[in-house]
Amino acid sequence: MRTTGVIPSRPKRRLWFGSGIGRLNYRHKQRLFIYGGLLIPLLYFVVIRILPILYSFNVSFREWGMLSPDKPFVGFDNYATLLSDSLFLKSLVNTGIYVVVGVPAQLIAGLIVALLLQQVVKLRGLFRTAYFIPYVTSVVAVSWVFRWLLMKNGIVNALFIELGLGPQSFLYSPSQAIFWIIAVMVWQNIGFQMLIFLAGLQNIPKLYYEAAAIDGATGWQRFVHITIPLLNPVMLLSVVMASIGFLQSFTQVLNMTGGGPLDSTISVVLHIFNLAFKSFDMGLASAATVILFAIIFMLTLIQLKVLGSRFQQE
Amino acid sequence: MTESGYFSFRPSKALQLLIAGLLLLSITACSTKPSQESGSAAVTASGDQTETEPITIEYWQYEFPAKVELINTLIQEFETEHPNIKVKQTNFPYDQYNQKVATLVPAGKGPDVINLYYGWLPKYVQSGYLQPLPESSFPGIAEAFFPFVDTAKLNGSYYALPTGVRTLGLFYNKDLFTKAGLDPDKPPTTWEELVSDAKALTETDKNGQLVTEGFAWEPGSQLHHWFRDGLLYQAGGKDTSEDRRKILWNDTPAGLEAFKYLVDFATVHKVGINGFYTDDANAFKTGHAAINVDGSYRLGSIKKDAPDLNFAVAPLPGYKGKSTQASFWANAIPANVTGEKLEAATAFLQFLISKGVQEQWVEKVGELPAQKEVALQDKYVNDPLLGPFISQLNDANAHFFIDETQERTLFVNAVDEVLLNHVPEEQAFNDLVAKTQKLYDDYWAKQDKKK
Repeated sequence: MRTTGVIPSRPKRRLWFGSGIGRLNYRHKQRLFIYGGLLIPLLYFVVIRILPILYSFNVSFREWGMLSPDKPFVGFDNYATLLSDSLFLKSLVNTGIYVVVGVPAQLIAGLIVALLLQQVVKLRGLFRTAYFIPYVTSVVAVSWVFRWLLMKNGIVNALFIELGLGPQSFLYSPSQAIFWIIAVMVWQNIGFQMLIFLAGLQNIPKLYYEAAAIDGATGWQRFVHITIPLLNPVMLLSVVMASIGFLQSFTQVLNMTGGGPLDSTISVVLHIFNLAFKSFDMGLASAATVILFAIIFMLTLIQLKVLGSRFQQE
Repeated sequence: MTESGYFSFRPSKALQLLIAGLLLLSITACSTKPSQESGSAAVTASGDQTETEPITIEYWQYEFPAKVELINTLIQEFETEHPNIKVKQTNFPYDQYNQKVATLVPAGKGPDVINLYYGWLPKYVQSGYLQPLPESSFPGIAEAFFPFVDTAKLNGSYYALPTGVRTLGLFYNKDLFTKAGLDPDKPPTTWEELVSDAKALTETDKNGQLVTEGFAWEPGSQLHHWFRDGLLYQAGGKDTSEDRRKILWNDTPAGLEAFKYLVDFATVHKVGINGFYTDDANAFKTGHAAINVDGSYRLGSIKKDAPDLNFAVAPLPGYKGKSTQASFWANAIPANVTGEKLEAATAFLQFLISKGVQEQWVEKVGELPAQKEVALQDKYVNDPLLGPFISQLNDANAHFFIDETQERTLFVNAVDEVLLNHVPEEQAFNDLVAKTQKLYDDYWAKQDKKK
């Protein structure tokens, strides 16, 4: 739409940068402004997030001791070392356990709490707050309190003995320790999971339930055939987020067992931490982060494909 | 992307090129050259100062309130003696100390004098970070300092020197001794006495659960140190070869004997177990462990957390010989310090290890003096709490650590194999020696490649 030179008495104005940008019409100038404005946060994002990732790719191909001046290129040596290191492989297996056991546990626990809370009318706010408080508590503090509770002479063991279950080793048993850590992680995340599911549940029209009740569906059938399918997008989001979270387990592991006993709880991120800051081998540590990145990426893609496709119901 | 009239065009070619260009630029701009060069350039540039302008050097130490305060006082003392030198102290929390050093130094922000744990020295020296301390500036170290300080001697030169040192001793609870019918002034002095005393001091409840440990047992705490520098020598064994390349633990039966002795406390005598209270120091402070092998550094925290605890310290029990573990934080000079800054740093380091400073260190920090002349004075030897530690200094050993974290984990895992998986002690011990030897072999292979 021409805005200059329409009214003959108004002279055409030429902007000082002459024929360059002045030639663009209004619409193009607007788009330039918009994209230009978006460029700034994009640059920030690229520099703060993307660049360090690319840099660590670079580090992973070098022999990079933290303090030495030369960092020679060694190709895939770091990856080869890692994949033949039994401790790294054990940490991968452990991390797998964290995900395979932790994600369903978190989802089921969160769903149960959300379903129950949906029925509650009185003191609803109080219950929600109570369940959400663990999520906003310091992870380190929670880890140490549970570690204290699970001491061999601690409260939980005393309870077990009273009930006749016999003393347990909890965090000192190579077979049990990892499940206790997962329990603590799930405990802390229930609040968040519950909130997400509550939002999802509230989006399901009551109409469907009433229609199903009229048709004679039982509570369980209503749950399986209405609630679960319609919660699918929320489920997908939760699965992806929970998986990414459990794949990066670190704080609870470091504070509760330090990776032991007998390396039964060490996670990939904790191993990376040890490699980087205790053994000072940045090359190996970066290679491990690249491997972890690849795993998370692939898992997320798979989940989006498998779970996301179920939602095309329109 | 939804099709809407407004944004239905693709960004113009110019904009596409601009974005792509910026991305490319940012990727290639991440050079791999360390900025150490800019750092060292700055250091040498500021070294070219005239005589009248004071030279400022930086001292790094980990965050420990008593040490930080004392260094501040000492800096004032030093600056009065050396008016043309100014010293600035920077501290980091202990847990982050290594990480801070490792990230700030390659960025060129290193100190001129740095305080390091002696166990990190092999790594730091291997990466070329420290410079050797010349004999001319630091004469007679071997004669003046206790013998275990030679763990800071690598490739024939000393790389760091300590002001204060710490050793392990036997902490025991006098009240619990009296309660068990033992004489609180006669702590155990041999391996056998330690076992029998611990058994007498152990209390269990009706369910067989420990109420009071006779002997606090946390392999990951101090016991792995007790094994390497205490029990091994006491049984007549040796730690490493002269050139520190070979582990000699199972060259004689002494190694296995020492290992068995340690593990038996939990498996056979059942006088203590790991996981009892969050750690051994806590169990001792709360009066639930009668005897604990711990370091001289624990005196300060016992005074603070459990001032009413009626306890005493004794030298570690001996067997065929006496020995204890010693450890120390030592001061070193990074390799990139040169010229006038190097002279200033050397002067400060000489000051830090001088006798006057070491005496103040004992009073204010509670660590033991590193020089024989200072430590063996009557006022320290006769002190009821410091005396037992000092009396062991001549027989103390400090293990040469390749990687303290990994070596500690290997030991804890070996003990766990016996405790949890019922692996025979001999097999677990031989595995431990083999794995530790591998750590050493990898380290020395790297070291030799550099030559």
